[in-house]
Amino acid sequence: MSSRDRATEVEGLYAEAAQWHVNAGGETIHAKRLSGRWRTFKWLTASVWLVFFLGPYLRWDGRQAVLFDIPNRQYHLFGATVLPQDFWMLSLLLLFFAILLAVVTAVVGRAWCGYFCFQTVWTDVFTWIEERLEGPPAARRRLDQAPFATRLRARLPKHLLWLVIGWFTGFSFVAWFVDAPTLWRTFFTGEAGVAAYVTVALFTAGTYVLAGFLREQTCFWLCPYARIQGVMLDPTTLVPAYDTGRGEPRGRLRRGGEAAAGQGDCIDCNQCVAVCPTGVDIRQGQQEGCITCALCIDACDQVMDKVGKARGLIRYASLDELEGRPTRPLVLRPRVWLYGGILTLALAGIVYGLASLAALDLKVLHERAPLFVRLSDGSIQNRYTLKLLNKTPEPLAVEIRVSGPPGLEVSGLERPIQAAAGVVTPALVFVRVPESALAAEQQPVVFHAEARRGDGQRLDTARESVFIAPAP
Amino acid sequence: MADHNPFPGENNTGHIWDSDLRELQNPPPRWWMIGFWTSILWVVGYTILYPSWPVGEEATPGILGWTQIEEYERGVAQIEARRAEFESRIGALGVEEILADPGLTQYTLASAKVLFGDNCAACHGSGGQGNPGYPVLADDDWLYGGSTAKLTETITQGRKGNMVAHQDILSAEEVDTLARWTVEMSQGEPGSEAGWQLFSTKGCSGCHGPTANGVLAELPGGEVITVGAADLTDRIWRFEPGGYESARHTILYGVNQSGVEQTREAVMPAFGPTARVEDVEIRRLDPQEIKKLVVYVHLLGGGL
Ligand code: SF4
Ligand code: SF4
Repeated sequence: MSSRDRATEVEGLYAEAAQWHVNAGGETIHAKRLSGRWRTFKWLTASVWLVFFLGPYLRWDGRQAVLFDIPNRQYHLFGATVLPQDFWMLSLLLLFFAILLAVVTAVVGRAWCGYFCFQTVWTDVFTWIEERLEGPPAARRRLDQAPFATRLRARLPKHLLWLVIGWFTGFSFVAWFVDAPTLWRTFFTGEAGVAAYVTVALFTAGTYVLAGFLREQTCFWLCPYARIQGVMLDPTTLVPAYDTGRGEPRGRLRRGGEAAAGQGDCIDCNQCVAVCPTGVDIRQGQQEGCITCALCIDACDQVMDKVGKARGLIRYASLDELEGRPTRPLVLRPRVWLYGGILTLALAGIVYGLASLAALDLKVLHERAPLFVRLSDGSIQNRYTLKLLNKTPEPLAVEIRVSGPPGLEVSGLERPIQAAAGVVTPALVFVRVPESALAAEQQPVVFHAEARRGDGQRLDTARESVFIAPAP
Repeated sequence: MADHNPFPGENNTGHIWDSDLRELQNPPPRWWMIGFWTSILWVVGYTILYPSWPVGEEATPGILGWTQIEEYERGVAQIEARRAEFESRIGALGVEEILADPGLTQYTLASAKVLFGDNCAACHGSGGQGNPGYPVLADDDWLYGGSTAKLTETITQGRKGNMVAHQDILSAEEVDTLARWTVEMSQGEPGSEAGWQLFSTKGCSGCHGPTANGVLAELPGGEVITVGAADLTDRIWRFEPGGYESARHTILYGVNQSGVEQTREAVMPAFGPTARVEDVEIRRLDPQEIKKLVVYVHLLGGGL
C-alpha cells in the first residue's frame, strides 16, 4: 500500500469518526411531539402503569388486595396468602418475565423499551408536561439559551410538577408494602415508618433526575437491558426500520413538490429525527440508541401522506424483509418455540403453586440421631418434629392423626396443637410400633392434620413420613 | 504545539505522530463528571464521619464515634432483651410447668440444644442415642429414674454405679447360670428356676430389686427407689452389645470396682454449680441451665 493510499484510509476513518454521533447528554433532546397511530398506541401501553398507582387501593376481604407485608413476611394476593415458604414461585415468576422479555424482543424488538419501560413512560409524561408548560421544541431551545433568572421563572412550575409526580411515584410504590389508607393518614403526620420516608425520598429524587434530566442517557449508558436486548435481535426481528431501497437516494423536493429524476421516496425532511426521543436517525439502520418506540413511523407516514406517496417508508420490518430475503412466519422459528415452551412451563408451575396453596401446611421432620430407639418392652420408637404452618389470619386448633403399621401408639398429640396465625408452630411427636409389627426397616406413616376455621370451613392436609426400625 | 497544528479546528490534543495519527479529546459527559466529583465528595464526607485513616496502630475514629464492636454489642443486647422474657419465666417456673407451655418448651429446646451439645453429647451422642458404655437417653429405661426430679438430681450430682465383682464369689457354673438367666429374662421369658434361686440368695436382688426390674421400692406418686442397678427384665442392655457374653462379663468383674482390671466403668460426672473435681471447685452448669437440660433430655423420648 502506498503511503498515499494509507493516508486516504486513515482519513476515511476520521471522516467516519466525525459521523459518529455519540450522544453523551451534552445537549438536551427536545423531540417534536406528533399525533398518530403509534403515538395513541404508546399512550395505551403506558396506561398499564395506572395499575401501579391505583392498585394499592383495591380491597379484598377487608384488607388490601395486593399487599407485600415485609415485616410480617406475608404476601397477600387477593384471596391467597403467600409466605416465604412458597417463594419458589417467585423464581418461576422471575423466569417467566425474563423469558417473556426474550421472546418479545426476539419477535418485535425492544417493545419493552419503547412502550412499557418506566424510564420511557415517565420521560414521556415529563416531556409532555414540558411541552404543555414551555411550548414546542423551538421555544424550549430558545429558553435553554436564556439568562438564568428567566429560565428559572419559566421553568419553576415544570420542576415542581415533576417533583410532585416523583413523590407520587414513591408514595404509590410504598403503598404496595403497607396498608394504603393508613399510609395516607400517617404519612403527613410523621407517623409513617422511617423506611417509608426514605423510600419516598429516594423515588422522588430518582424519578426527578432519571425522567427529568438523564432521560435517553439512561438507555444509552446506564441500563443493562438495552444491551441485553440488543443481542436478542436477529435478522428476522420486526423493528421500526427505514426502507433504504425505497427511500434512497434521498433528496429534497424541488419547489412545486416534484422529485428529481431517479430520486428515492425520502424527501430528507428530517421529521423522523425530530420526533425521536433518543435523538437517533433511523435512516442509518437499527442502532443501540433506538428504543423501538415507533414514533418515527408516525412522523414519516404523515410526511408520505403530504407528498402523496405510500405510507411505510419507515415501518415495522425485519432485516430479512428489507434485504429481500424470504421471511419465515413466527410459527416456523425454533427460537419462538423454545422460548414459548419455557414460558408455558414457568406459567404452569406458578398456576400449580397458586392452586395448591393450602391454608394449612404440615411438614414432618424425622429425627436422624437416633433414627430409632428400642424401648424396654422391645417396641421401637421414632421421634418426629412436626411443623404446622397456619396461613389463616386466626389461630387454629389442629388435630393430628397418625396412621401406619398396626398397633402404633402416638404420644405428643393428646391435645390439639395450637397453631398461631401466620407462623410455623413446631411440635414433638413420638410414634411407637410394637415389635410384632416391625415388618420392614422402613414403613410409611402418614400424619393427617385437620382444623376448623371460625367460619366453619374445614382445613385438612396430610404428609407422609417414614418409620424406621432395625432390620428384622 | 497548537501553533503548528496541521488540523486546525479539530478537537485534538496536539499530540500527533507520523504526521497524521493524533489523539482526539472527547471530554466525558457532564453527568459523568458530576457523578465523579460527587463520589469524591462522598469519600471525604465518609472519612470524616467514620473510622478511616490508619494512624499508627489505630485508625481515625470518625466524628460519629461509630465502632463495629459497639454495633455488635448492641445486637447482642437486643437478642438478650428478647431472651430475657423467656429466661425469667424459665427461672420462675418448675420443669413440669415449662413442659406444660408449648411455646416455652420450644424456646427451652432451642436453648438447651447448645448446652446438650457442649456438655452431654460427647458421651450420650448428639441425639441422646448413647454410645458403647454410655446409656441411651432417648429410651424409657432409666437406671436412676426418669422423672424430671430424678433427672435434675442426676445432672446436678452425677452418678457412679457400683456392682460387686463376682469372680471370687460365684463358681463358674453359677456365673453361667445367672448369665443365661439374664438373657432369658431380657427376652421376656420367666427365667430358669436355678437362676432365680441364685438371684435371690446371692445378694443380687439387694440392688436389682425383688422382681429384678431394678426397683427397690415404689413410692406413692410413681417415684421409685433405686441404687442405679439395671432393670434385668427389659429388652435394653446397660452394657453393649448385650447378651450372654456381656452379662457374664459384668457378673464376673462388676461395675466400678477398684482393683478389678476388667471391671465396667460407669461414671457420670456432676454438672452442678458447685461440683468438685479432684477437690477443686469448678463452675459447670447453673440451676437455670440444668433446668433447661432436664426439659431437653425429658423430651428426647424417654420421658414420655
Ligand atoms: S433502554 Fe432501558 S431504560 Fe431505555 S427504554 Fe429500554 S429498558 Fe427502558
Ligand atoms: S428511531 Fe424511531 S423507533 Fe427508534 S427511538 Fe427514534 S423514533 Fe423511536
